[in-house]
Amino acid sequence: MSLIKFENVVKKFNGVAVLDGLSFDVEKGEVLALVGPSGTGKSVTLKHLVRLLTPTSGKITVDGIDVSSCSSKELTHIRSRIGYLFQGGALLAWMSVAENVALPLRECTNLKDSEIDEKVAAALASVELSAAAEKLPSEISGGMQKRAGLARAIVRESDIVLYDEPTSGLDPVTSVTINRLIKKLNKELGITSIVVTHDLQGALNIADRILLIKEGKAIECSKPEEFVNSQNPAVKEFLAAMKGEIV
Amino acid sequence: MTIVREPIWDDAPATKLQGFFRHITQFLSSLGWAARILSISIFYFPSVIVRKDSRSQLFNQLYITGIRTLPVITVVSLFTGMILALQVGLELRRFNQEIYLGAAVMISLIREMAPFSCGMCLAACVGSAIAAELGTMKVNDEVAALEIMSISPIRYLASPRILALVFMAPLLGFFCCIIGTVGGGVVGVTQLGVDFEQYMASAISIADTKDLFVGLLKALVFGIVIGTVSVSEGFGTEVGATGVGRSTQRSVIVSFLLILMLGYMITRVCYR
Ligand SMILES: Nc1ncnc2c1ncn2[C@@H]1O[C@H](COP(=O)(O)OP(=O)(O)O)[C@@H](O)[C@H]1O
Ligand SMILES: [Mg+2]
Repeated sequence: MSLIKFENVVKKFNGVAVLDGLSFDVEKGEVLALVGPSGTGKSVTLKHLVRLLTPTSGKITVDGIDVSSCSSKELTHIRSRIGYLFQGGALLAWMSVAENVALPLRECTNLKDSEIDEKVAAALASVELSAAAEKLPSEISGGMQKRAGLARAIVRESDIVLYDEPTSGLDPVTSVTINRLIKKLNKELGITSIVVTHDLQGALNIADRILLIKEGKAIECSKPEEFVNSQNPAVKEFLAAMKGEIV
Repeated sequence: MTIVREPIWDDAPATKLQGFFRHITQFLSSLGWAARILSISIFYFPSVIVRKDSRSQLFNQLYITGIRTLPVITVVSLFTGMILALQVGLELRRFNQEIYLGAAVMISLIREMAPFSCGMCLAACVGSAIAAELGTMKVNDEVAALEIMSISPIRYLASPRILALVFMAPLLGFFCCIIGTVGGGVVGVTQLGVDFEQYMASAISIADTKDLFVGLLKALVFGIVIGTVSVSEGFGTEVGATGVGRSTQRSVIVSFLLILMLGYMITRVCYR
């Protein structure tokens, strides 16, 4: 059975369907890259997985539990299994980077302070932010904030991590580091990941499957090598647009 | 209770009438929402004091609410007292009753003007800042991030802010009263030729315990109102360019209106 399953999900805002019958699933231990033009509802899709949004119709299940109708206890359990990198990082402004990363451990686990410090240091090192640990979010660049958000998303070693544009706004070298990190977490800890990204090359490198969303529908979901050779006109158009950006 | 909530309706209203009724429903539901935020915040007051992380928030809020507003509140209450003394004093002088200036100033300050001007200052300085800060956090998904980490935004963000206002508003109201009385005295001495000692004696003799308690009660109610309004406006901020600006503006307007109306009602109930 798939770990994450979207079945015919429709989400309307003020009468406009942002998600319009979206169906896909993610297997345990898989990396799914979610690509598509801006404003097609990629972030909205991720938010449905932790019930920050509820669907107008359709069903979303995580490990067999219906997210949008489960009890609040089950929801807390599902949320505790999911690490979430928000598109803007979503760090708390009055806490240092290290305190921000420590927050989920402080609040949701019974770890000792020394263990927390250790895990935080490791998470910050993996996103190459050790030097900025004591800085406030306002004192570091947008790309660094995003990496700090990433460290917070992975510090609990949850079995599912949702990455909303982990590499946008980063320089190419750091992007490669982050992509490697996502792949490594997936390989070594078996973390199931959904990565929303505009970085096609990165997606081809790290993803087991690539899902193209357009106008709220899943256009194509296939392995990277099949995706680039797809005959689907929408995929071709998307790939051409991505190449156009690069050249 | 979840703070990240969605609009009640997914679709646009079909007719104007339906849109009108939806506005009313929306209004009622936001009243209920604010009431729930207040009651859950009060429920969390003990844990805000006990838990280390929210206690540091509380101290920060106490500082912002109580200390940083002092300059504005001092100036406002000083001039409130001076204006009162001047207006009343000029009338009293026509009847050669300047000796009662202290009493007149003190009565209006302690019963009405001190909590009122203190409430206005807090709504403008602190309430607006709370709405803007929480609104920005909401729009930037920070509130959503807290909810996902199973950290209650009410315990973590709302409760310390409301508690700080509840604690500080009566203190500041009392402070307003003292500064205003002194300001009135300065005007009395310099412009109306009243003896300062006589002024103070008259002021102190008139103030009784009931006046003080009603004044402090008003300040307390204003503190609760400002906290609840600004927190729920902040948390209710919608994504969009005008979102934070609009909820900041609304928090100030709604607080002002409620301060005026509740001030009148408390006076009406307490003095017949
Ligand atoms: N809470 C919301 N209320 C109303 N509209 C929303 C909300 N969240 C997202 N939208 C709309 O949904 C669409 C898709 O947004 P999003 O998922 O952020 O796009 P992207 O694919 O770039 O991540 C946008 O048009 C946005 O305006
Ligand atoms: Mg997005």
